[in-house]
Amino acid sequence: MPGTLIIAETADGAVAPLSFELLAAARALADQGAGDVSALVAGEESLAQSLIEHGADAVYVCSAGSLDPGSAEAGAGAALAAVEAAGADIVLMGQTSVGRDLGPLMAFRLNTAVAMECLSLAIDGGRLRAVRSCYGGNANAEVTWRGDVQIATLKPKAVDPLAPDASRSGSVTAIDAVGEQRVRVISTEAAEATGIRLEDADVVVSGGRGLGDPSAFEMMEELAGLLGGATGASRAACDLGWYPPSQQVGLTGKTVTPDLYVAVAISGASQHMAGMSGSKNIVAVNRDPDCNMVQVARFAVVEDYKKVVPALIDAIKALD
Amino acid sequence: MNIVVCVKQIPDPETPASQFAVDEAAKRVIPAQGIAPVVNPYDPQATEAALRLKDAAGEGKITVISLGEDSARDAIKHALAMGADEGVLLSDPEFENIDNFQTAVALSRAIEKIGDVDLVLMGRAAADWDMGVAPLGVAEQLGFPCVTIAKSMEADGDTLTVQRVLDDGFQTVEVDLPAVVSISNEFGEPRYPQLRQIMLAAKKTVQVWNADDLELEDDEAGEDNRWLALEALYIPQVESNVEIIEGDSPEEQARNLALKLREAKLI
Repeated sequence: MPGTLIIAETADGAVAPLSFELLAAARALADQGAGDVSALVAGEESLAQSLIEHGADAVYVCSAGSLDPGSAEAGAGAALAAVEAAGADIVLMGQTSVGRDLGPLMAFRLNTAVAMECLSLAIDGGRLRAVRSCYGGNANAEVTWRGDVQIATLKPKAVDPLAPDASRSGSVTAIDAVGEQRVRVISTEAAEATGIRLEDADVVVSGGRGLGDPSAFEMMEELAGLLGGATGASRAACDLGWYPPSQQVGLTGKTVTPDLYVAVAISGASQHMAGMSGSKNIVAVNRDPDCNMVQVARFAVVEDYKKVVPALIDAIKALD
Repeated sequence: MNIVVCVKQIPDPETPASQFAVDEAAKRVIPAQGIAPVVNPYDPQATEAALRLKDAAGEGKITVISLGEDSARDAIKHALAMGADEGVLLSDPEFENIDNFQTAVALSRAIEKIGDVDLVLMGRAAADWDMGVAPLGVAEQLGFPCVTIAKSMEADGDTLTVQRVLDDGFQTVEVDLPAVVSISNEFGEPRYPQLRQIMLAAKKTVQVWNADDLELEDDEAGEDNRWLALEALYIPQVESNVEIIEGDSPEEQARNLALKLREAKLI
């Protein structure tokens, strides 16, 4: 009997929130005829309860650590055993440090493909069909699988988790299999938290080549400071040496998802959008009303930033 | 050390969104007029990583491979100008529009044909399809272990120590050669080719191998044999909900924006 297996991850000894999003996605597929939902988790059997409450019909538990980042070969051994035990023909995991390695590894070992960072999933004619973003968000691709097992990683926050239902029940089974792990993890460190990291900031103010002048970044910093946020820059501005590469937002820089992203004199090429399109609210300050950044923004001021930003700083100060 | 670097030519990710177009029937991107394709932004860092290992060891050979149309020669020449030793272009009409999985198979055959390869380096992903599956695919085809998203590495004999980037931190891993490593932008600035090197690179010959040279079966290449079938490609309709902040002067526009942001509880 076909079905969907999700690869759950844990954080601080509990099931990570993204795993509940995967379960919700799998339940939606089950409603379209994809069969039962099972989950694989590494660690204690006690983790199974919350997975069942969030939508799993069956939980497989493999040894602790085998689904940690850097352990994809060990994890693939357990995951392939779970696919077999569950009879799953769909495997879902998160687009995370774990999923980025485990998805492709499982795909090549099962002679099938993986679709990375999918935005949505549906069953069409009994088979999975996925939508994913490509060309830096400029295009969407819809894909299907030729191989029997259909593997996908899901972009975080693409699906809302289901509310837990304590009345649900499901089976719990141990998986003993572990793959041979040739890459040896020596140490794992959390990123240091000094100052406001660009990636953690609730507000990011970024400037682009359109600033026309490196000293304009002082203005960006003043605005960011006033809003308790961090300052970023487009690749074009960093390449010109106007701002440190460590603060670059974009495909080849940092990915940020702040509550408020203020894009000053940035037109919104896919290189930049790839790093900030997940921002919850975008404000664009740009002279070109037709540019991409203005189109995707919630609020936009179509005017020369040199006039608007200093006035905005004054106006925000005047609010308090 | 015998190192292979895989590079790819892609549409320039700095192309303004307004000039980005798709042929929905052919399921292909229409190249933007007047904007030349570029080397995938992560790939010069993979070449840089190879050059640093070679510099540190004082010996070694770097072969750069690209699969693509004839314009992919530019990506190879760029790596040669940076200091790579030899170039191979994998080119065949059957390679057009193949997917990342088929590409991984073709690259691994080329690496086997080169022979005695200790290390394969690639960018962490190609910025067009942004899948990041080829490094793991090449590794699986070759039977090598794979370390992804490296920010630095050091070789000690046959062991490589690699620092890699995680979603929320960093990790140090060790792996024995032969191996595949994918390189992230955190690796640092790639060296800029000097004029003399560019001229030398222009004189280097790039070998061209087709599907037969790689002994690919009929069902391994070809768009119809994609592992992940492309059913549709389109520009998503972004519903623009932008509210243009009006005002009689920039000062008034700024004040109105500040009020809107306060109203929305964003500041």
